[in-house]
Amino acid sequence: MGNVIGIGAAPKRKEDQRFLTGRGNYVSDIKRPGMTAGVFVRSPHGHAVLRGIDKSAALASPGVIAVLTGDDVADDGLGSLPCGWGITDAKGVPMKEPPFPMLAQDKVRFVGDMVAFVIAETPEQANAGAELLKIDYEVLSSVVGVLEAVRPDAPQLFDDVPNNICCDWELGDKAAVETAFKKAAHVAKLSLVNNRLIGNPMEPRAAIAEYEPGTDRFTLWTTSQFPHVVRFLMGALVLNIPQHKLRVVAPDVGGGFGVKQFHYGEEAVITWAAKRVMRPVKWVASRSEGYVSDRHGRDHVTEAELALDETGKFLAFRVNTLANMGGYLSTFGPNIPTNLYGPLLGGVYTTPAIYCNVKVVFTNTVPVDAYRGAGRPEATFVLERIVDVAASEMGIDRVELRRRNMIPKEAYPYQTPVLVQYDSGDPMGCLDGALVAADVKNFGVRKAASASKGKFRGLGYSTYVEACGLAPSRFAGRLGARGGLYESATVRVHPTGQVTVMIGTHNHGQGHETTFAQIVSDKLGVAFENVDIVFGDTDRVQFGMGTYGSRSLVVGGAALSKATDKVIVKGKKIAAHLLEASEADIQFEAGKFSVAGTDRIKTFEEIAGAAYVPHDYPLEVLEPGLEEQAYYDPVNFTYPGGCHIAEVEVDPETGTVTLVNYTAVDDVGTVINPMIVEGQLHGGIVQGVGQALFENAVYDEGSGQLLSGSLMDYCMPRADHLPMMKVATHSTLCTHTPMGVKGCGEVGTIGSPAAVINAVVDALSHLGVTHVDMPATPNRIWRLLQNASLPVAAE
Amino acid sequence: MQISFTLNGRPTTVDVEPATLVAELLREQLNLTGTHIGCDTSQCGACVVHLDGLPVKSCTLLAPALDGASLLTIEGLQGVPGSNRMHPMQEAFREHHGLQCGFCTPGMLMTAVALATEKPDLTEADVRHGLEGNICRCTGYQNIVVSVMAGAAAMNAKGE
Repeated sequence: MGNVIGIGAAPKRKEDQRFLTGRGNYVSDIKRPGMTAGVFVRSPHGHAVLRGIDKSAALASPGVIAVLTGDDVADDGLGSLPCGWGITDAKGVPMKEPPFPMLAQDKVRFVGDMVAFVIAETPEQANAGAELLKIDYEVLSSVVGVLEAVRPDAPQLFDDVPNNICCDWELGDKAAVETAFKKAAHVAKLSLVNNRLIGNPMEPRAAIAEYEPGTDRFTLWTTSQFPHVVRFLMGALVLNIPQHKLRVVAPDVGGGFGVKQFHYGEEAVITWAAKRVMRPVKWVASRSEGYVSDRHGRDHVTEAELALDETGKFLAFRVNTLANMGGYLSTFGPNIPTNLYGPLLGGVYTTPAIYCNVKVVFTNTVPVDAYRGAGRPEATFVLERIVDVAASEMGIDRVELRRRNMIPKEAYPYQTPVLVQYDSGDPMGCLDGALVAADVKNFGVRKAASASKGKFRGLGYSTYVEACGLAPSRFAGRLGARGGLYESATVRVHPTGQVTVMIGTHNHGQGHETTFAQIVSDKLGVAFENVDIVFGDTDRVQFGMGTYGSRSLVVGGAALSKATDKVIVKGKKIAAHLLEASEADIQFEAGKFSVAGTDRIKTFEEIAGAAYVPHDYPLEVLEPGLEEQAYYDPVNFTYPGGCHIAEVEVDPETGTVTLVNYTAVDDVGTVINPMIVEGQLHGGIVQGVGQALFENAVYDEGSGQLLSGSLMDYCMPRADHLPMMKVATHSTLCTHTPMGVKGCGEVGTIGSPAAVINAVVDALSHLGVTHVDMPATPNRIWRLLQNASLPVAAE
Repeated sequence: MQISFTLNGRPTTVDVEPATLVAELLREQLNLTGTHIGCDTSQCGACVVHLDGLPVKSCTLLAPALDGASLLTIEGLQGVPGSNRMHPMQEAFREHHGLQCGFCTPGMLMTAVALATEKPDLTEADVRHGLEGNICRCTGYQNIVVSVMAGAAAMNAKGE
């Protein structure tokens, strides 16, 4: 018999055995009998009229089975790729929502837009066939930047979207903010760019589809974070396949970070193609293909102003942002720079008035959607940067200015002026913890040591909060979500007492097979090894919204907790019958049902057996079996947050920024498995450090070419870029989730960019530098130092 | 063409197209899918295998180069096929949470074993430098670095 391993323990992960031994089951590992290979032909132009496609030479190429284009999609009457959110402007006018065809029709709108799909016996033959397609493009001028796209003379992506503006969205009390600015003793202003990012999960996207004529069923294996949502959107809205005839499987998935939480056109094309050719079709993206087709993240241009009184109290905050949507609306696209951005502009501060305007803009770039953090890193960056700017301008210490405006622990629940109400938190506690952990009091000594080597050392803070656990469905519905966002779990107790859980979230690195098993082991008193977690298969799991927005534990874990509670309730009924006692007298503890005050006991295994193979069972009042399902819809978002402190060293000779220390103290609520939480924090922080120091998706204005289209041109963080980080938790419990959990998947990515850039600016502040745009590459820093026209040598 | 080589300790003979990459041969022809392909520019390191004891990116190596050589893949690292016994480096990655999604893991392990074999007294700086050719997007590398150092120490202790 194994052991119960409960909440708060750190067992080694159940999933590791297969990954460590090369026995994972990723989509690209799967082979099906009679499988064909598919290749997407993508637009090499950022913007062009698609005049026609001549398939004849490609079709005559050896091994080519079929060539599908937008005309075939239209002939088959298939739908457009749907957007899951419909936002409106201040007057209630819905966003412009042009169709997003799965294969381009009439026009292409970004480099990578899909034009045709070539199916052949082998990938080599499909590629050779693709080379022979004759595609007649009338090339148009591309617009890639948001500032350029809204100019009156800019190229127009869609005939019915004037100035390329999808929606002119706003939030907050504009008049109250204007009034407050008039009374301000000081106004800090900041213009900044939040750089465009490419998520780059290490497993490239891939899909295989198969059609079984005998049963009229489709199966799609796809690298997805939410297979049920793919089944729902693709089956119901794109391909017109009834849900019971469509199985979507997302097996082991090699990282997601948001990139795999959208319904992609590739999935629809492949599923449709499998029936057209009556054979399984497989496609595996190359990394380069991923760069021009995986949805990108961030890409804002922002003007912000913070009004303060003479003591440094924040009076009002005003933010105007242009957010890049790319060429079409992706699944969550318009939700990210609006609903997941504006409501976080209050941060951990008591700012009484906030106004935010976001113009959501189409450009000739890959569609932009959620990438780890999604909207919240952008909000945190604006706010935490401008707090530093204000502190510097007013001559107030940065930490002191934060303290003066922080929401005190006893003020929770705290209603912000931008919709959200924080249920719990202790930002001051996180700050205090981080100051000690980062050894801030000895920073001066370290700075002097750096100076003696000719280096500039800087310290940067980010005290932040985010909203996650997507999502309270009623609230989300008011914001424009076209569906509720609850989660489900089924707990199946087998006749011998082992447990299989079917859950609608998806595990692609987060360790759910371990964390969720701990919850069941803890609650039911079943050995950890006797609990298996099943996910990622619409034929095995009832329903679910998948994994994104740090929702798996918060929403899925809550559903699981509820389902285990139901198992206990039913187990008590069975025990009451077997023990000839009143149900009210049955207690359940440590895996045993007992009659209160007696030694009469039934073990969990005995109850499980009695539930399935009963001779003696109260059939008139109770059905046999021990399997319970629960759905959970959170009543509010959860609000993890914390304090991050970055310490950098800048080499003025080369402009190189080195991250030398990093400290994070985060409030993620109850910690189920501290080892896994720590790993999530590490990974999240480094993705944020990547944004701050290395990563940048660069397009060429005019041609629309992606200039950073490979791992050689887009700099990913590597092991030797990083120091050993210090991470810790300082938890307050969420008041509305069953276990007090808040979620930890995104905090690192949300807190870190501002901490790092604040440290870079601090290192250079003696030279008059007040802001550095991301990424703070050697080139950018070196130019800044040259243009500063100031002595660059350290004292 | 026909090539013969030792694959995870066993003599192997296969017919290959000369233009086949070793990573493709392993995955498509030999059904050894533990070697992963994460990029097309030899940057990510998910496909690292050992050729005659040295770590190589199998996406940059043509299959004919294997003729007469000895190849070790992640599937052969345990030593005993089919058993649950793991190599000390694999154990260290599990113990120190040196993996999340698992995609970069086979390449990380093969690189790590090679690093530890080459230099038994690895420093943190050695490990970080040595992992430069392996990208992980999940872990922030911290627990990988800890795992590699622990795995190297365990390998030394066992004389592996």
